[in-house]
Amino acid sequence: MKQFLTFVKKEFRHVFRDRKTLLMLFGLPIVQIVLFGFALTNEIKNTKIVVCDYAKDIGSQQLIEKLEASSNFEIEKSVLSREQIETAFKEGKIKLAVIFPVNFYNELIHLNKSQVQIIADASDPNTANTLTNFATSIILDYQQQLNVNVTIPYRIQPEMRMLYNPELKGATNFVPGVMALVLMLVCVMMTSVSIVREKERGTMEILLVSPFHPFLVIVSKAVPYLVLSLLNLVIILVLSVFLLDMPINGSVFLLFAESTLLIITALSLGLLISNSTDSQQAAMLISMMGMMLPTMLFTGFMFPLENMPIPLQVISNVVPAKWYYIIVKSIMIKGLGFSAIWKETLILFVMTCILLVISLKKFKIRLA
Amino acid sequence: MVETVIQTNKLTKRFGDFIAANEITFDVAAGEIFGFLGANGAGKTTAMRMLCGLSTPSSGTARIAGFDIYKQAESIKKNIGYMSQKFSLYEDLTIKENIQFFGGIYGLCDKQLKEKSESLIEQLGLKDQTKKLVGELPLGWKQKLAFSVAILHTPKIVFLDEPTGGVDPVTRRQFWDLIYDAAANGITVFVTTHYMDEAEYCNRISMMVDGVIKALDTPANLKKQFNAASMDDVFFELARGAKRKAD
Repeated sequence: MKQFLTFVKKEFRHVFRDRKTLLMLFGLPIVQIVLFGFALTNEIKNTKIVVCDYAKDIGSQQLIEKLEASSNFEIEKSVLSREQIETAFKEGKIKLAVIFPVNFYNELIHLNKSQVQIIADASDPNTANTLTNFATSIILDYQQQLNVNVTIPYRIQPEMRMLYNPELKGATNFVPGVMALVLMLVCVMMTSVSIVREKERGTMEILLVSPFHPFLVIVSKAVPYLVLSLLNLVIILVLSVFLLDMPINGSVFLLFAESTLLIITALSLGLLISNSTDSQQAAMLISMMGMMLPTMLFTGFMFPLENMPIPLQVISNVVPAKWYYIIVKSIMIKGLGFSAIWKETLILFVMTCILLVISLKKFKIRLA
Repeated sequence: MVETVIQTNKLTKRFGDFIAANEITFDVAAGEIFGFLGANGAGKTTAMRMLCGLSTPSSGTARIAGFDIYKQAESIKKNIGYMSQKFSLYEDLTIKENIQFFGGIYGLCDKQLKEKSESLIEQLGLKDQTKKLVGELPLGWKQKLAFSVAILHTPKIVFLDEPTGGVDPVTRRQFWDLIYDAAANGITVFVTTHYMDEAEYCNRISMMVDGVIKALDTPANLKKQFNAASMDDVFFELARGAKRKAD
């Protein structure tokens, strides 16, 4: 036990003496949270639009006012012709244009029918879709206003409620994703690099000749990174709760327990990588490439998994972060308990066991 | 009757078709300084790795400090020290931290550790530099420190794999003083080297060529046997017949 503590103490010394590692360890999550929180948001706020009002009547004026009043839009300017609209799109300043034809209100009142054209910049299809939906709903809203005194015999009024995230905040989606990403990246990289470093420097040989059991070498390598990762998790959670107003609706204890499971998964992955290479740089590269991309792509926090082709959806199942992402969302946002996520937990647990067994076996073989 | 601490019998290591060490048989007595010589690629390191338990032999038997290398590897580990070709202390830890760490994993208690590290630092004349990172020391100092750390737990045998590579002659001489001190304290020294002047310092030496031990005796007897003026000539005489390319 004393030997074990000596070893753990040494590992901590390595970490704290290496400025670069420290920076990566604690800088990465902070940068990620701030980046995703403020820069890479997919919420739509104050998008610049132009209106081209050929009608200039009370109807078009009222609608333009409604558009301007919405927090989603900000009217950049009113233009007079279609050519000007095109120039504005080309300049990239606007994402949406609304065009009112001549006699808009007249036709609406007397013919009971009128048209409004909405043009969106679809070079970013998702944004274009969302924007046109917002604009359409504002127009429909206006239409209802006009019909206040008229009773339509059949009417369906859709009642929408955005469950778990009424304000439609992007943070609810990406904070669990960033948690998964940071834990995977940091843990895998730190363990693989720290084990490979011992190999590269020749100290691993000395350790293996010593009476200190090889299995304990691994465990004592894992312990400091487990502790540091949990500390990291605390930083991420504090930042997201106080900076991004994220809720933690479920049990914090459960959240930490599940995170510990993911950390152990990541540690065994790191161990596996360290077995297959002898240079720190290779270990770093494999961890970066091997963790960053699949975690970003297949976790579902950047690109919805349901929209992917079936083969990619199948592949996503072997990415541990995907299951963790589901678990964290369930706990933090939906406030669910263990009974709701036992399946995902079990999958993650089985993955961890398999990885651990493989990497420990490989580690033994190397000793022979 | 002097106790035999290393005893091997037809120890062999094969890597596929390649026989790195072929039927190595020799004994080393307690307190002896045993030189293990051979050209690069002759199989010295392989043989040494088998004796330290880093590598499992393909066939043959060996007893280290009275323990069987197949069955009692754990007991062997407690009784040997090892210093590898590469410099192998932690460069980002201080001298004191390194001593504490290696003493710690060999299970020395706090009191022993304190006494040992004090006497070691005193002996190496590093008293003012205990808080210095090992990486900042010159190579010669590092090697001396690595040796002292390898015998910190007073093992029965210490294995040194080319401990003086790249070190200047004065420091090498000082290094051998440390080896003599250790031998005088009853620690058996098993050392590989490329320097033939160092071979002369050994009590007995073995010459390995192409995985086989070609000669084994005291330096004086070897010189007589090969009718050579120096160990250099003995080495050339034996290594000339080598078929393996140096790696």
